[in-house]
Amino acid sequence: MSGGRRVQRIPAVLLGLGVLGLAVFVLPLIGLLARTPWRELPSLLGAGVVSDAIGLSLVASLGATAVSAVLGVPLAWLLARVEFPGRALVRGLVLLPLVLPPVVGGAALLFALGRRGLFGAPLEQATGLVLPFSTWGVVVATTFVAMPFLVITVEAALRSLDPRFEAAAASLGAGPWTVLRRVTLPLIAPALASGLALTWARALGEFGATITFAGNLPGRTQTLPLAVYVALESDRDTAVALSLVMVAVSLAVLVALRERWWKAL
Amino acid sequence: MRARAAGWLVLVLMGACDGATDAEGRPLAAVRVSAAASLTDAFGELVTAFERATPGAFVVLNLAGSSALREQILAGAPVDVFASASSANMQRLVEAGKVSGEPGSFVRNRLQIAVPSGNPAEVTGLADLAREGLLIGLCAEGVPCGDFARQALERAGVTPSPDTYEPNVRALLTKVAAGELDAGIVYASEVGSSDGVDGVTIPEQHNVVAAYPIAVLADAPNSEGAASFVAYVLSDAGRAILLRHGFAAP
Repeated sequence: MSGGRRVQRIPAVLLGLGVLGLAVFVLPLIGLLARTPWRELPSLLGAGVVSDAIGLSLVASLGATAVSAVLGVPLAWLLARVEFPGRALVRGLVLLPLVLPPVVGGAALLFALGRRGLFGAPLEQATGLVLPFSTWGVVVATTFVAMPFLVITVEAALRSLDPRFEAAAASLGAGPWTVLRRVTLPLIAPALASGLALTWARALGEFGATITFAGNLPGRTQTLPLAVYVALESDRDTAVALSLVMVAVSLAVLVALRERWWKAL
Repeated sequence: MRARAAGWLVLVLMGACDGATDAEGRPLAAVRVSAAASLTDAFGELVTAFERATPGAFVVLNLAGSSALREQILAGAPVDVFASASSANMQRLVEAGKVSGEPGSFVRNRLQIAVPSGNPAEVTGLADLAREGLLIGLCAEGVPCGDFARQALERAGVTPSPDTYEPNVRALLTKVAAGELDAGIVYASEVGSSDGVDGVTIPEQHNVVAAYPIAVLADAPNSEGAASFVAYVLSDAGRAILLRHGFAAP
């Protein structure tokens, strides 16, 4: 353009629809902020139920993220690097929790891993471990819902990786394990980090599978979203305070992600 | 091909309009009924009977915990009729000026302990809910079945250690029926109408009897339809259906 830095002309239709689209996200937030009892906020957030829920949410979401890292990265590697019959189907299975209503996932978990479940019953006999109504159950339910985010992010990164780096390392005598550890993982580190953060954020917000599979008990299975849901019907101020915590935490993570990692994708 | 599709479309549209006109052929608005989760089965049948008895009427049922329904109505949801499992939730709406006229009691319900079929944990009374090693569920605080259960436990002098507080009576019952919980306190009407669940009686002196109030709402978009639905619930025909589902007469 010859006129130097001219202000770009924005089509009115796009502007109107775009702003309307933004309103979809912003209006509920304004509603929440308008309802917030700012003066009582410190005492509301200091209540035992609230700190229990925050603590449990942190433990469960970080636990689910750790499990997802240990199991999800190898799964992503297999999906990206190994040709096997039915790979499309397996990939579909991995992505299923993204579209499935979490309540359905929770019910399916109950049928499989519940005390009377197909695998849960032998598990209890062998180890005495009962997953429903325990914090482990919360971790299992949130992992089910959140791990797909890690698998798709890491798999996409592995697929777009230039295979010559790994080939070069191998030709210089590095074993497959060393190649993975010293070449592959460092190269996909940004994608791995954003995958982990997305997984954690999804785990933090998980509701349906958790309440269906793990129940709702303060201090043991009542995560932040469950506490909000229950408090909405008995103590709205506490519900609003808890919602505010979730909004603040989620926004902080997403803004940080935007700066550090999304650019790398 | 296209003509045929258009023909189908016309048929479908006619069918859609068919059920929603009154005697003069004017379209009828839906009656929106918000009912407690414990009324799920009874109101399902009652609505069918009402629609059959009242030509042209149709009902949209919204079933959830009474406290959740109360919050929806307080927040301005377009509802015509509220049938609550507790007078406390109805009272909040009366105080907020959301109810037209006086709410009327239409059924009563007492509490029972629900256990999985065959009662594997051998629960015989409220005292068992404090037993070590059993998985116990209650409804959450604020939900009628939860508040009534707490009253009953208090009367019996039992301090249970619940493993979960479920958001409504149906969610609790589902977990008992699945055998994941050893016992939970629910309404007697629920136990009678559910597969996979047995009931353990709570003695009269500890039991809490819930009176269910029903009312037309002040902001009802279809107050005429609402009044005729409430009248049907209170009629002999309506009551017969409710009694068949394990409720007691008011």
